Amino acid sequence: MASKGPEITDVTGILVNADLQLADFLIVAPVVIPILFSALLLMLRTRPATQGRIAIIGMALLALACFGLLQRVLDTGPVTMTMGRWVPPFGISFSVDIAGALLAFTSSVIAFVGSIYANSTASKLEMRYGFYPFFMAMMAGVSGAFLTGDLFNLYVWFEVLLISSFGMIVLGSEKNQLDGTMKYAFLNLVATTMFLMATGYTYGLTGTLNMADIWTKVNSGLLEGPVTTIAVLFFLAFAMKAAAFPMNFWLPASYHTPKFLVSAVFAGLLTKVGVYALLRVTLMLFADQRDLFAEIIAWIAALTMIAGVLGALAQNDIRRIFGYLVISGIGTMLAGLAIGSVTAITGILVYAVHSMIVMTALYLAAGVVGRMMNSNDLRQVGGIYAASPMFAAGFLILALSVSGLPPTSGFWGKFILVKATVELGAWWLTAAILISGLLTSIAIFRVWIFTFWRGGPSGTRDGAEAWKVEPLNQEYQLAAFISLGVLVLATFALGVFPEVLIGTAADGAKGLLYPTGYIESVFGGTQ
Amino acid sequence: MEIALALLVGCFFTVSIYLLLSKYVIRILLGVAILGNAVNLLIFTAGRLTKEIPPIIPEALQVPDGIIANPLPQALILTAIVISFSFFAFLLVLGYRAFQDLNTDDTDSMRFAEPVDEPNPPLGY
Repeated sequence: MASKGPEITDVTGILVNADLQLADFLIVAPVVIPILFSALLLMLRTRPATQGRIAIIGMALLALACFGLLQRVLDTGPVTMTMGRWVPPFGISFSVDIAGALLAFTSSVIAFVGSIYANSTASKLEMRYGFYPFFMAMMAGVSGAFLTGDLFNLYVWFEVLLISSFGMIVLGSEKNQLDGTMKYAFLNLVATTMFLMATGYTYGLTGTLNMADIWTKVNSGLLEGPVTTIAVLFFLAFAMKAAAFPMNFWLPASYHTPKFLVSAVFAGLLTKVGVYALLRVTLMLFADQRDLFAEIIAWIAALTMIAGVLGALAQNDIRRIFGYLVISGIGTMLAGLAIGSVTAITGILVYAVHSMIVMTALYLAAGVVGRMMNSNDLRQVGGIYAASPMFAAGFLILALSVSGLPPTSGFWGKFILVKATVELGAWWLTAAILISGLLTSIAIFRVWIFTFWRGGPSGTRDGAEAWKVEPLNQEYQLAAFISLGVLVLATFALGVFPEVLIGTAADGAKGLLYPTGYIESVFGGTQ
Repeated sequence: MEIALALLVGCFFTVSIYLLLSKYVIRILLGVAILGNAVNLLIFTAGRLTKEIPPIIPEALQVPDGIIANPLPQALILTAIVISFSFFAFLLVLGYRAFQDLNTDDTDSMRFAEPVDEPNPPLGY
């Protein structure tokens, strides 16, 4: 579709003259597809029978589009498409580099797997109240945040994913959910408002909102004004979104309240969008300013890791344990941000991909446990090993992965980050990562021992008859098997064959630290 | 003019943070509403206040003649107003529903998701 269209007389010289190729639409496809499907599912909300399948198709298309985009970016380097064919910095740009495309692809796979799981669990009532449209709109927000090249546009995508996540988290309106949503909604809204505030300051200082243009102005050395203050404000806003200590309390207060699938995709995707925004803005745009407060980031990272995992050790509810483990993982990624070398950023990207896969899988597994035992309380679960050895084995792989032990993807992320801290000689940060890894393994293996190994709920004698678990219906069993199977295989495969992921992440890290290709793709004016 | 507005923005932030620190939902809601407006005014001021003509290019010319007012902050604010308004509407309903179901508007006693008197996790079998 080389669009010729009506001839436009360009008197101002700010329109791009190159013809748009069909392949260029791949850049916006990961946003357009979920929005279209969201609208479609909204129209079909009174027909719950078809919703689940349509959502699976939509998520599959999204994953395909993201995969195509990732391939393209790997082939040709960063690509940019500017709305209205205006020459940047005018018009809103979508700029995709390897880091953004990698995370967008991973998140679309998570969403696809989630839609398979959702197909067997979403109730008719939830569908009538728009569960799938919310899910699709949230994916539009997530993809948009990964792909946009405009600061204000990033804010808009944050709000898109936030408002749809409100819908998802409160669906069902139980007391727990209302309570959790209150904390989730208010604190996240304050965080995004702070992000908007920092954006306003950036605009006032640089006169532009295009990220490539901001990078050029910040690095020209001509900018006079409180640039570091702005960088810190961005850091504060995104760290709050990513649930870094001491602004992490909204996460364990809310992530265990909604449906299992909802907490799974939230844990997999939303905090990682915060981490991505930290990389894109704090690391890429304000690189010199980040150096000035890198030590503070390191402290926050260490505290987040340790506080998160100590919280996990103190919980009864399986999902609340996982919530604290999400926070601990965020701390591990922030440690990489504090160091900021190519190795460290590679580690962050590898760890982010790993964390998306594993946290989603763990929450889905908690959902299966909840179905089998009618409870998620460590004192009331047990005996699943006898009922389903395969599920127990799968969970064991996830447990190894989240603790950062080989042969799983978690090992490589932590390994690279530890390597980065050792290279810099930041011994106490190395120690924090390793200690948090040790405590994580204690926390997660407690879950494994109580849920799977113990013969039954608290007080069951050893060697007693196997505890009777609730039988699962066929459809649910199949969906859970497929979705968990894919994720467990993914973390295992990435642990055994990590070269592709590490190579891609390393290229992504270089693209973030030395964004010349990114800048050229925006101002080259050929797209 | 910028200084006056900057001071006003400062007042807005002070008031909103004071209200956000309250433990009663209705005050937090008011704080959120004022915070949104504070940020909108901030963006407006950041776009520079010029007592200039509207950004309309005369018919005979191809570029504006001299200095014009900056239209971009208004587009940004318009977006932000719509977003913050819809969020405020959602939070208002959420707060009211929480008040109905949880029977409290005091965030200290909203401990349904995280019960206060939970026993310690098991230490062994």
